[in-house]
Amino acid sequence: MMSATSAMEVNAEARRILAVSISKLYASRTQRGGLRLHRSLLLSLVMRSARDIYHSSSRESEGQSGAQPAAEEPMDTSSSPGNHAGVSQAEPQPELISPEPAAEEPRSPEEPCESETIEDKENLSPARQSRKRRGKASVAPDFLPSKRARLEPGEERHAAPLGSCRVRAGESLAVLSLNRVIPAF
Amino acid sequence: MLFGRSGGDMQWCLSQAKGSLDDDVTEADIISTLEFNHTGELLATGDKGGRIVIFQQEIENKRQPQYRSEYNVYSTFQSHEPEFDYLKSLEIEEKINKIRWIPQKNAAHFLLSTNDKTIKLWKISERDKRPEGYNLKEEDGRYRDPSTVTSLRVPVFRPMDLMVEASPRKVFANAHTYHINSVSVNSDNETYLSADDLRINLWHLEITDRSFNIVDIKPANMEELTEVITAAEFHPHQCNTFVYSSSKGTIRMCDMRASALCDKHSKMFEEPEDPSNRSFFSEIISSISDVKFSHSGRYMMTRDYLSVKIWDLNMESKPVETYQVHEYLRSKLCSLYENDCIFDKFECCWNGNDSMVMTGSYNNFFRMFDRDHRWDVTLEASRENSKPFQVIKPRKVCAGGKRKKDEISVDSLDFNKKILHTAWHPQDSIIVVATTNNLYIFQDKMN
Repeated sequence: MMSATSAMEVNAEARRILAVSISKLYASRTQRGGLRLHRSLLLSLVMRSARDIYHSSSRESEGQSGAQPAAEEPMDTSSSPGNHAGVSQAEPQPELISPEPAAEEPRSPEEPCESETIEDKENLSPARQSRKRRGKASVAPDFLPSKRARLEPGEERHAAPLGSCRVRAGESLAVLSLNRVIPAF
Repeated sequence: MLFGRSGGDMQWCLSQAKGSLDDDVTEADIISTLEFNHTGELLATGDKGGRIVIFQQEIENKRQPQYRSEYNVYSTFQSHEPEFDYLKSLEIEEKINKIRWIPQKNAAHFLLSTNDKTIKLWKISERDKRPEGYNLKEEDGRYRDPSTVTSLRVPVFRPMDLMVEASPRKVFANAHTYHINSVSVNSDNETYLSADDLRINLWHLEITDRSFNIVDIKPANMEELTEVITAAEFHPHQCNTFVYSSSKGTIRMCDMRASALCDKHSKMFEEPEDPSNRSFFSEIISSISDVKFSHSGRYMMTRDYLSVKIWDLNMESKPVETYQVHEYLRSKLCSLYENDCIFDKFECCWNGNDSMVMTGSYNNFFRMFDRDHRWDVTLEASRENSKPFQVIKPRKVCAGGKRKKDEISVDSLDFNKKILHTAWHPQDSIIVVATTNNLYIFQDKMN
């Protein structure tokens, strides 16, 4: 059983790695030569590990103190078949992140993750989902794109401001609507 | 050349350093690939700007036991240009990812060069004679006034200054959806393979409009993607055998006689992970960045982020040798992740008789491992620290604790100075090491 301090340290570390990973994913959108599948895959693997550690260490530190980083609910980004029409180069997209332990994780289409656990979460009833919203008011950093439903093919995508995407340590790692991070092809 | 010498007896001297002295590196000049031809007479380099420069070995004092060889520019040409894929709104980089020489069959030299999407076959030929004395044309090519032609004159070949021409003979395009990472010529000298993140295609060197897909690891549902192909190579002697490495640290060997689609491997080489080394970044550092068969064909070598492993093709359960390249970086993985260095793809190479292997590291260091004598060394490619013909000193990195004189601490390493590409002459004790935009050629003093 982890002590409160080390659980919090691990939690902070995991959160930092998540933040770094997200900014890398944002940056890779504008890379010359297009998204690199190998790199995107490795980034998503790191993010998944960090997210898992973050969840488990959040649970630990929750038991110790009342502090809980606030988070927005992830939005539904169930893949629509239309978006993949003509996709010849599928890129793994990062998942939406939520610090909630049993959080629903919307399936971004290209994300490599265990299907079984995700599906369970996706099938949670709305009542249970809303129960996961904790009391703290979530402050969405203003650099995050506003919540929007997944774009239909033909709609324009706009680049998120890259420079401002760094999540500084200590800020709440709010859920990002990452459907705008990587344009589908 | 003296085989059988221990690595410890070798005395490497800087023979030549090529490239700009500028600290400011032009992006296009960054060397992206390096390859000796089969005799070692020619050395090809590719850069981010899509250019290929071929150097030719010129040997002075061949009769002397100690001779010096020099590599001078033989040919320079633009292999690939940037392209734009309009369908996907993607720019296709002109960076040369790999160069592979075709074994020489006649006076001309042939090589394959590839960027992310297109492979090209180049013919490099010499012209040292030209026809002179045409009957109907002037020397400058203009046609003579027919009324002035009163006698017959047959052109003859006269010597001219050597001209080396590079011409694209074949273009193998539109066969890869993902980014090409490898090209490998088969020992049958007729076919070659090209590999991208998810597929491997087999080509015939003469046929450009068709290729066979021999490996396809793309899952039906891309959400289930867990690994990608990182490198592939044909066996040096068995034309039916090839291997491909993955981002998960496994190597699969396939036999093309077994079936048309080689999705089922005949052998899978994988070392179980050491649970004590588990971290956030375990998966990234186990990704294999390069795989190379030994010249003998008995072994293969793989490079992952921290180590070089030698595998006996007859043993799949674990490598027969593991060499730590820069183990002191294991505790720095988080910083290396942040500055992107953890994604660097280091290559590795064998020497001519497979007794030694070499790979690059940071701070312009490179490492050599002597397999027979269990000996290794760290050397540096630097103009300041090496005078021509002077034996270069081994370097040592201090992992922690008290730093001795001449040692360099891990925190002082310059991670922008990385050696990703190295090459060993197939016969002589000559090595070439590429820093970001410079080429260093070292020769063993007792060559």
